[in-house]
Amino acid sequence: MTLTNFFYYFLNGIVMGSLYVLMAIGLSVIFGMIGIINFAHGVVYALGAYAMVLVTQQLGYWPSFVISPILVGLLGMVIEASFLRRIYVGDPLRGLLFTFGLAMVLEQLIRIIWGPSGFPYLIPGYFAGTAKSMASLGIEFSRYRFFIFICAVGVIFGLWWFIEKTPYGMIIRAGSRDPEMVRILGISLKPIMTMVFGLGAALAGFAGVLAAPLAGVQPSMGDNVGNIAFVVVVIGGLGSFWGAVLSGLLVGEVENLSILIWPPIAQSAMYILMAVILLLRPRGLFGERWERFE
Amino acid sequence: MRRGKNGITRRSFIKGAGVAALTLGFFGPRGRESLAAEPIKIGQITPTTGFLAPTGWWATHGAMLAVDEANAAGGVLGRKIELIMEDEVNPGVAVQKARKLIEKDKVHAIQGTVSSACALAIGDVVQRAKVVFVNTGSNSDEIRNNRCHRYVFSTEGCNTQYVSTIGNWLIKNKQFNRWYFITSDYAFGHDLLRVARNLLKKNDGVELGSELVPTGSTDFSSYLLKIKNAKPDTVFHNLAGTDQTNFYKQYKEFGLPFPVAGGVCDTAPAWQAGVGNVLGMFPLVWYHTINKESAAWAEKFLKLYGKLPENQAWCDYVGTQCILGAIAKAGSLEGAKIGQALVGFKIDCLKGRELYFREWDNQLMQPMYVVRGKTREESSDKEWDIFEVVEEIPHKNEPLTAIAIPDSENVCKKEPW
Repeated sequence: MTLTNFFYYFLNGIVMGSLYVLMAIGLSVIFGMIGIINFAHGVVYALGAYAMVLVTQQLGYWPSFVISPILVGLLGMVIEASFLRRIYVGDPLRGLLFTFGLAMVLEQLIRIIWGPSGFPYLIPGYFAGTAKSMASLGIEFSRYRFFIFICAVGVIFGLWWFIEKTPYGMIIRAGSRDPEMVRILGISLKPIMTMVFGLGAALAGFAGVLAAPLAGVQPSMGDNVGNIAFVVVVIGGLGSFWGAVLSGLLVGEVENLSILIWPPIAQSAMYILMAVILLLRPRGLFGERWERFE
Repeated sequence: MRRGKNGITRRSFIKGAGVAALTLGFFGPRGRESLAAEPIKIGQITPTTGFLAPTGWWATHGAMLAVDEANAAGGVLGRKIELIMEDEVNPGVAVQKARKLIEKDKVHAIQGTVSSACALAIGDVVQRAKVVFVNTGSNSDEIRNNRCHRYVFSTEGCNTQYVSTIGNWLIKNKQFNRWYFITSDYAFGHDLLRVARNLLKKNDGVELGSELVPTGSTDFSSYLLKIKNAKPDTVFHNLAGTDQTNFYKQYKEFGLPFPVAGGVCDTAPAWQAGVGNVLGMFPLVWYHTINKESAAWAEKFLKLYGKLPENQAWCDYVGTQCILGAIAKAGSLEGAKIGQALVGFKIDCLKGRELYFREWDNQLMQPMYVVRGKTREESSDKEWDIFEVVEEIPHKNEPLTAIAIPDSENVCKKEPW
């Protein structure tokens, strides 16, 4: 195993990890604000990929790249406003059951509307092949994967800025910790919750948009990634932004390096990681003590 | 009395629903059917969810077309034919579905499956119930040989047929050199890997490496990096379903220069990967350009269902025809009689040759086709026109058994009828 070889795997781990981060942050934001474990997150990812394919057919790659996540986010807001909102009161299990059912319904709808066999979707011409700028360093790496990484980093920092530096972000942070207090201050959380669910959905949709040219665009494409997003959130600590970022990259690395070192363990490696971290830090890497969820 | 929000009481709801159910029971579809002779029922178990679902759509539509054609021709034994569809999901569920079809729906035969693991599980069930099962989509040799059953027949080619077909071409083109295997990690993949390894060894090739990939994988990049470093002369994949799609797409993405060959190939995953992404040599059990009859049938299928048929549609189409043909030949709906009629049953289904079920492995003896993935420039429509048929194997003058499991490997011990 040479150093360059190891570097490839490391690079690839970061790229896959950054997709997981996008998924996990969406899940984490929704959980933090609304207190719902969104089982439909994986299907929303698939919807992002489908939107990407369909809008590309009409308007081309770049418009679709921008519009598709927004469409998915809007769908998320509609779902929140028309269904989810009704079940916040009462047993939190209801939200879990609802999103679980929603995942099945949406996946089946995809099958009914667009067929079970999915769509071919190619990497756009200018991203095809390997990156030439890296070739001089003796490294050949898929150009499109670099693009994924750059997009993910951009979105992650944009989101961080939004949550940390804007008044809306402040309401989200405050509402996550103490919704009662925010209400007493005269701020209605209803529209904020709708927006947050839409934001989470848009993030999953964006991950789907980025993944569409890599994997087959087909109804169950989100199953696997949805599961990984849960593991990432649990490892990072529920509700923690940087926890999700770090643990997403960590899971990407563990998955890829285990294939290099000992392939039979690849599929279970991240679960082993999760078990170990939960034993050492039951709230996850950056999990804090939140009165609401204790 | 507790009233619901809209004023309906639970009691009045039960009353209403009860009356509706009774009315439907008397005058609904079942009531009408009993006036005519009981229909012939075929249970169709096909994946509609999961990583094998893409091929499932073609399976059900192939079977539907065969049933519609038979019904239009007046049915069989004066009876209409009815298809009852079930989802395959996984071996555990497949077994329950098979039981349900046999015990509740009282089907006269079962066909379908794409997953070898499911086919093996269903085989045990139908053998106990003495109901014929025509496997139309599972490839594992085990189903035909060491875990064979009296009541299990196969129209889908087995792994040996597929590998012999592509092997034949590779021998002729001297492509037995240093191979790298990439394999789906379940019954089908392991069986295929075994057959492919035998072929490689017999031809003095070298195995450079082998990777087992979990089913339903979305990312192949780390495996591709390994292959890239190993620099093999040929990459031989034993993948199934959407795994094929993802592999093709990412192989192209990483721009690996090594020629690809596949153990078993389906057209649906290739279509899904996109024309120009699937480059290499593969074996197919059927493709719509092999002859005029097939092209005409494909045209009909396209008109009816909006998509061209792929190999899975053919396998279920011929499977249904075999079941119905055997029922007509036996003149009976009894499982054992249908089964006995299927042994040695002959049919020419769009392949221009006489196909038949061989006695010892209940496998349909048939030619296969070596195809080459077209580049985007070569494809006429950039969507469906994805393969070029290179060769039919065995050739017209050779026996169909040439690519089947050799008699010397026969370890099948069948139960009595």
